[in-house]
Amino acid sequence: MREVDIGIITEKVKSLCMEANFDLGKDVLDAFKKAKAKEESPTAREILGQLEENASIARGERVGICQDTGIAVVFVEMGQDIHLVGGDLNHAIYEGVRRGYQEGYLRKSLCHPFTRANTGDNTPAVIHVEIVPGDKVKLVVAPKGGGSENMSRVTMLIPAVGKKGIVEYVVRRVKESGGFPCPPTIVGVGIGGTFEETALLAKKALLRPIGSKNPDPELDSLEGEILDEINRLGIGPQGLGGRTTSLAVHINMMPCHIASLPLAVNIQCHAHRHKEAVI
Amino acid sequence: MSKPIRIETPLSDEDVERLKVGDRVLINGVIYTGRDTAHKRLLDLIEKGEELPFDIAGQIIYYVGPTPARPGKPTGSAGPTSSYRMDPYSPKLMEKGLRGMIGKGMRSQEVIDAMRKFKAIYMAAVGGAGALIARRIKKSEIIAYEDLGPEAIRRLEVEDFPAIVVNDVWGNDLYVEGVRRYERA
Repeated sequence: MREVDIGIITEKVKSLCMEANFDLGKDVLDAFKKAKAKEESPTAREILGQLEENASIARGERVGICQDTGIAVVFVEMGQDIHLVGGDLNHAIYEGVRRGYQEGYLRKSLCHPFTRANTGDNTPAVIHVEIVPGDKVKLVVAPKGGGSENMSRVTMLIPAVGKKGIVEYVVRRVKESGGFPCPPTIVGVGIGGTFEETALLAKKALLRPIGSKNPDPELDSLEGEILDEINRLGIGPQGLGGRTTSLAVHINMMPCHIASLPLAVNIQCHAHRHKEAVI
Repeated sequence: MSKPIRIETPLSDEDVERLKVGDRVLINGVIYTGRDTAHKRLLDLIEKGEELPFDIAGQIIYYVGPTPARPGKPTGSAGPTSSYRMDPYSPKLMEKGLRGMIGKGMRSQEVIDAMRKFKAIYMAAVGGAGALIARRIKKSEIIAYEDLGPEAIRRLEVEDFPAIVVNDVWGNDLYVEGVRRYERA
């Protein structure tokens, strides 16, 4: 049994909130560069260039890549041989988010659903905990913006529509979203499980590095097929026309009930922010 | 790409009439921020027949809720938010003299019709480029609804603020035209 002080979790969450919002991942920057080289639309090339410059300013000045610094989604992989001491895990994470958003000059974007009164400190966070073998704690902080989250959907398809029906649904979702989710996007797809599990599969799929292969060859080729169809839509960066509507499609799949075909599409804007740490 | 056109607020009939869909503009002067809840409050004032917190004639509203400014800086990250959520309020504001809107994403047919009727334009700034855009904002001051935090109405002084004309006063729409140009069957 390894003891971990809860204060370390707060400190890590705090710094991950800031780093995620200031420092765009290299996989995203590489994808911008690749897209710019292939783009036919001058407006699209101009926008992709601005996104590269924006990322460099954000990193240098430690200012949010986007003003929507998101709702903090925190994934915790907790080794089963860990004993947390000194407090409550959820509150330790909230405190980390509170300090990160305050000290990092990040926007507080959470409010009461009815009154719309701001909670003032960007809490609560959305926390997903998984117990895993070992004595380490892995934390992933993925701030999620409202614009792209609003374009995401969960649906329960009938099994008869099959793979073709899945492709059609995902492509139609991206088409109907147009410029709203701030393309070029990353499209996370969850297939199978249950209503709630498929949404989580889609969100976790977003965390895989852009340009990496899906370990399942069938899904890897399906990702390519969907991405190709999406980039024929012509939506382009910011929806102003072009070849680069999405940078990647990532799929997670698991078995589902014989009566069901759950499908989730979680759209992620180009400000694709996530940082992780292992304690 | 065509050379960007410099415009200065407040905007006149002639200013907006010469702008066409797809034009790149550099905005100079004063613009005002406003998003969801601030719009609702402005409409409540209009309904009650009360004065707005700023003179809206010829002005531009920028749909943004910036991050807090670091000490010594006029603003934090300040890119556009999605405009469709303001669609229910925009025609009324144009009727009161609003000439321009900056945001991202398509507008409703009602808003597009109102732009033709009241001679106003809609411009897109690059969503998610908040750090870059912040450099063009030289001064920021909250003038109303401070309780709304990031949603408060701010008076911004901008220099060469970059945007693209998406809807002109002639009824054109770059979201439709741009996608049509690159769509493959």
